[in-house]
Amino acid sequence: MKQQRIDAGPAGPVPWYDPRVRSLFFQAIAIALVFWGGWVLVDNTLSNMESRGISTGFGFLNKTAGFGIIMNLVPYDATMSYGRTFWVGLTNTLLVSAMGVVTATILGFIIGVARLSSNWLVARMALVYIEVIRNIPLLLQIFFWYFAVLRNLPSPRQSLDVGGILFLNNRGLYLPGPMPQEGFGIVWGGILLAIAAVVGIRIRARKRQLATGQIFPAFRVGLAILVFVPVVSFLVAGRPLEWDLPVLRGFNFGGGITIIPELAALWIALSLYTASFIAEIVRSGILSVSKGQTEASRALGLPNGLTLRLVVIPQAMRVIIPPLTSQYLNLVKNSSLATAIGYPDLVAVFMGTTLNQTGQAVEVVAITMAVYLTISLLISLFMNIYNRAVAIKER
Amino acid sequence: MGNPMTDQAYTPEKQAPTDGRAGKKPDIIRVEGMHKWYGDFHVLKDLNLTVAQGERIVICGPSGSGKSTFIRCINRLEEHQQGKIIVDDVELTDDVRQIDSVRREVGMVFQQFNLFPHLTVLENCCLSPIWVRKTPRKEAEATAMEYLERVKIPDQANKYPSQLSGGQQQRVAIARALCMKPRIMLFDEPTSALDPEMIKEVLDVMIELAGSGMTMLCVTHEMGFAKTVADRVIFMAGGEIVEQAPPHEFFSNPKEPRTQKFLEQILQH
Repeated sequence: MKQQRIDAGPAGPVPWYDPRVRSLFFQAIAIALVFWGGWVLVDNTLSNMESRGISTGFGFLNKTAGFGIIMNLVPYDATMSYGRTFWVGLTNTLLVSAMGVVTATILGFIIGVARLSSNWLVARMALVYIEVIRNIPLLLQIFFWYFAVLRNLPSPRQSLDVGGILFLNNRGLYLPGPMPQEGFGIVWGGILLAIAAVVGIRIRARKRQLATGQIFPAFRVGLAILVFVPVVSFLVAGRPLEWDLPVLRGFNFGGGITIIPELAALWIALSLYTASFIAEIVRSGILSVSKGQTEASRALGLPNGLTLRLVVIPQAMRVIIPPLTSQYLNLVKNSSLATAIGYPDLVAVFMGTTLNQTGQAVEVVAITMAVYLTISLLISLFMNIYNRAVAIKER
Repeated sequence: MGNPMTDQAYTPEKQAPTDGRAGKKPDIIRVEGMHKWYGDFHVLKDLNLTVAQGERIVICGPSGSGKSTFIRCINRLEEHQQGKIIVDDVELTDDVRQIDSVRREVGMVFQQFNLFPHLTVLENCCLSPIWVRKTPRKEAEATAMEYLERVKIPDQANKYPSQLSGGQQQRVAIARALCMKPRIMLFDEPTSALDPEMIKEVLDVMIELAGSGMTMLCVTHEMGFAKTVADRVIFMAGGEIVEQAPPHEFFSNPKEPRTQKFLEQILQH
């Protein structure tokens, strides 16, 4: 038998015509350029800051901020530190982002389904909404809601008054604030109990269906429990809740909860704008499920609602989730347009006022960027976990 | 579109049998003067058909003759605009409860299989029994395995449809329809999307099913199947039923010129 020699390949080309050698060479050059560029940037910044007498480091975070912020979810006043302004800005960003994600999702799904409605008028209205909203720059829309709508509301003395407890004027929406009294813990207990009961019922209903085929109306019963138990516990505890009503004092209202127009404008604009994109994503997701799937399901006797729930939506979701994630990320990042109308989000408060007052550009920008990156990565992470759960398992 | 006859209760006993066969077995499908339009296009013209329980009917005809549309009307995947369709004593109207009750009794097999890709073969078969018939899961799975054995693929039960060949997928689709224990089975060109070597395995299952006494309406171009299995062959062209006859008569002695031409074309090679 003839022995085969493995190492006797064809003669290689000269090194500079060998693709492997070439790619190594270009990679080495690329790495060298990146490092050189990075070094130049760092060196330049450090020497500039040194010449201007700016000290580097994060010590500034403990200094007194000395400026007021119109809205704070964590306790804040001007005597607190710059570190505190960071938390105020961050919580404000998270608040408007979370509110926006929830409303944009609900609105987007409704409009996306409406776009597919067999009702001509409904489908057309959804189409007009989508085409108008998604083709106007977001910043313009924020300005529209802030300057054209909310700022043009009547002044506090001429407030729109709903039953003496709810007031709307150009300074914001004033709602009564709940003030839990002694014994409100019982109501919290009732709420927790109701949630636990609903979860228990769902699990039991599922088990029972698997065992006997009986379908238990878990949704309706669950809803009833969620309403009934807290209400009863509220009454049993002797109604331990008082309301802090907003009252006109001088030029403005005091007391209660205030939704400032900056927050409202940003929230409305972000929700409407993102909803128009989500609507298109939902529509394409539903359309991606072939008509044969619906027909097969209907032919098996599954009524419309079950067909949607068991056949169409599970298949549509795997198409919807990845672009939906991008829209959530966009919404969070777009919330930084808050600066334009003075909503005190992270960028306005921290990268705006704090940066201007301290001059710690590198630190402040780095922190802010790290925060947005972290939020975005967390959203991606959760959406990817969810996506894996709904993805079609095949092969 | 409203149907003027919707409100009348249908009583099968009072209707006189029209074709002489109804004396032996009760009619399970009655179609009377049925018309259908797509916009201005008149797809189905004055169709009349009575199917006895256990009868096996093959519908053939050139493409565009409305044969698929016709059998899709029988479980109301398509609406008809005029005339009556009565399936298992229930008249098909706009009433969704009636439509759903008819669909529970009528199984359908599609050209493109239409298995649910996000469910396993077994889950495909159990979905409707569990949610519509409210069968306990264990029982539904046992029934499904029984039918999967009948179509000779019990070993694929836990795979996803995309892992199966076309012939296997179509056999799963048949098993899925049978799991609802239907009284009537509709087949809409079940072998047209299959590679030639897979047609036989599907036809074998259908022949076995026909032997079990199932009422079957089958749109197909498989003339061999029609000859072995059918009680009656219906020839449709241009939205009308042109001719219907038992297979030996239909193939050896077609009366209408359009039927003769069609048979010449498909039996030539």
